[in-house]
Amino acid sequence: MEERPYHSVHLAKDLCKGCTNCLKHCPTEAIRVRGGRAHILDAFCIDCGECIRVCENHAKVAVTDPISMIKEFKYAIALPAPSLYGQFRGLLNPEYVIEALRCVGFADVYEVARGADVVTRAIREKLKQPDLPRPLISSACPAVVRLIQIRFPDLLDNVVDIRQPMEVAATIAKAEFVKKNNCDPKDVGCFFITPCPAKMTVIRRPLGQKKSGVDGAISILEMYGLLLPYVERMMNDPSYSPATKYGVAWSTSDGEANAVCPGNSLSVDGINNVIRVLEEVENYKLTDLAYFEGNACLGGCVGGPLTFENNYVAKNTIRQMVNQMPEVHPDKDVPTSILNKYPTKNDVDILPGDAIKLDDNMAEAMKKMNRMNEIIERLPGYDCGSCGSPTCRSFAEDIVRGYCTEMDCIHIMRDKLKIMAQQMVELAQSERS
Amino acid sequence: MEPMFTGSYHVAKADYSSAGRASADIKRQLKQIGVGGDVLRRVAVASYEVELNLVIHSLGGELTLNVYPDLVQLISSDVGPGIPDLTMAMKEGYSTANEEARSLGFGAGMGLPNMKRNADDFDIKSTVGVGTTITMGFHLT
Repeated sequence: MEERPYHSVHLAKDLCKGCTNCLKHCPTEAIRVRGGRAHILDAFCIDCGECIRVCENHAKVAVTDPISMIKEFKYAIALPAPSLYGQFRGLLNPEYVIEALRCVGFADVYEVARGADVVTRAIREKLKQPDLPRPLISSACPAVVRLIQIRFPDLLDNVVDIRQPMEVAATIAKAEFVKKNNCDPKDVGCFFITPCPAKMTVIRRPLGQKKSGVDGAISILEMYGLLLPYVERMMNDPSYSPATKYGVAWSTSDGEANAVCPGNSLSVDGINNVIRVLEEVENYKLTDLAYFEGNACLGGCVGGPLTFENNYVAKNTIRQMVNQMPEVHPDKDVPTSILNKYPTKNDVDILPGDAIKLDDNMAEAMKKMNRMNEIIERLPGYDCGSCGSPTCRSFAEDIVRGYCTEMDCIHIMRDKLKIMAQQMVELAQSERS
Repeated sequence: MEPMFTGSYHVAKADYSSAGRASADIKRQLKQIGVGGDVLRRVAVASYEVELNLVIHSLGGELTLNVYPDLVQLISSDVGPGIPDLTMAMKEGYSTANEEARSLGFGAGMGLPNMKRNADDFDIKSTVGVGTTITMGFHLT
């Protein structure tokens, strides 16, 4: 039996009331409500976490690794996402968070913002190449890359084939730790401190890599309470190469664009905004643009569903922090030897998903499309969600795919019942006479 | 031969608020049928340009999508003033768009040349005072 693709977004069945909130807000229409509870369609889910945000019953959760998992390794290295720094109001120095991570049990810390510096250099090297697609699309937000796989597969060639900062950070962190401490690589585990479920998913089901270099992901929500007491103390600088302000700024929307291509880039945040702009990219409307940065979350990663602080406050904290960090750019600060020593490019292609097609056979797909359009004419067009599909159009699609029947529409059923009731009255009257 | 799939959209004169809706729907349906890649994007561009032309220049028209096993066909047929000088109309930068269209950012004069560039087959017939019909073909490998 084929294994279901891994997703970190799950439904806590006992808490689900079978309402239509998540159903209506899913940007890829990946949710159906059947049998009184929500179901997530694996092929359409991009782990963006919108359903987690809107569920009023707290039934949608992201399953991340518990902090106790670090005990499975002799040495655990923390890879904090730079959005973690924004969680502590008034924090001006990321080093306090880094030291706090050591205090809670990590053997070492490697900033993902430093990984972002390395990736910044790698992307800027790539941008020097001739004949690049316009625009080049960032691969940093895994939810947006999965969105493109499913809904804009023709734009996959525009997606830059460079690894995410988290992965580059893991590779460098592990290698340098093993070398410095002369230990067995198997004893070293790398843990990403994550603002979102999409980055958890990409560890178990990588994009552009055969295997992830990260061993687990712990959510910022789980770490925040543990770190807070330590952050509030002054600590010494650890001896490592700190991230530049550019790497730290990757945690907010337009941080990456500003680092990689300040002259000709566009950053868009919020999954529905990203969808709208990618439609324009697909229509060749943005061919003057060199670089596109899409973030599923408002504000960028600081707005992730697994963060503690309000995204606007966190973005501001990062901005204040960045403003008083030294003006050093990855172009100068990341030596070419690092780019040559550690892999920054993908080792597998990112393939299109074909769940959106009605059928693999085009002739069959057209027949289904015709049937679908015919059915839509008969539906009331309320998009009420009572049938369990988000819109009347997706309901017609579900019928044609064989998942339900027209009678699942309560309005159609009610009309049929009225006719049947009338017929029963007529039958009763005819029997009497 | 009958097309395996067909869809028809009415486009109203000067309906700027709905402009682009027909071509967005065409793109969505083609994706679900399985037309992808380069062909999809070229059809998307050409259908948008021809839909805009119907809004800006005609008195109203029909945009028809026909899908055959080896061809995607777009036909735009309108009632309108027609095109007096076809050669000039096909020149890049030449536009007869009115004040309202230009104020909304349209009328760059790239519509017809864009359509011709993106379609594999392009045919345009027009009668002054009656209307215009444009037929475009996109080959499916």
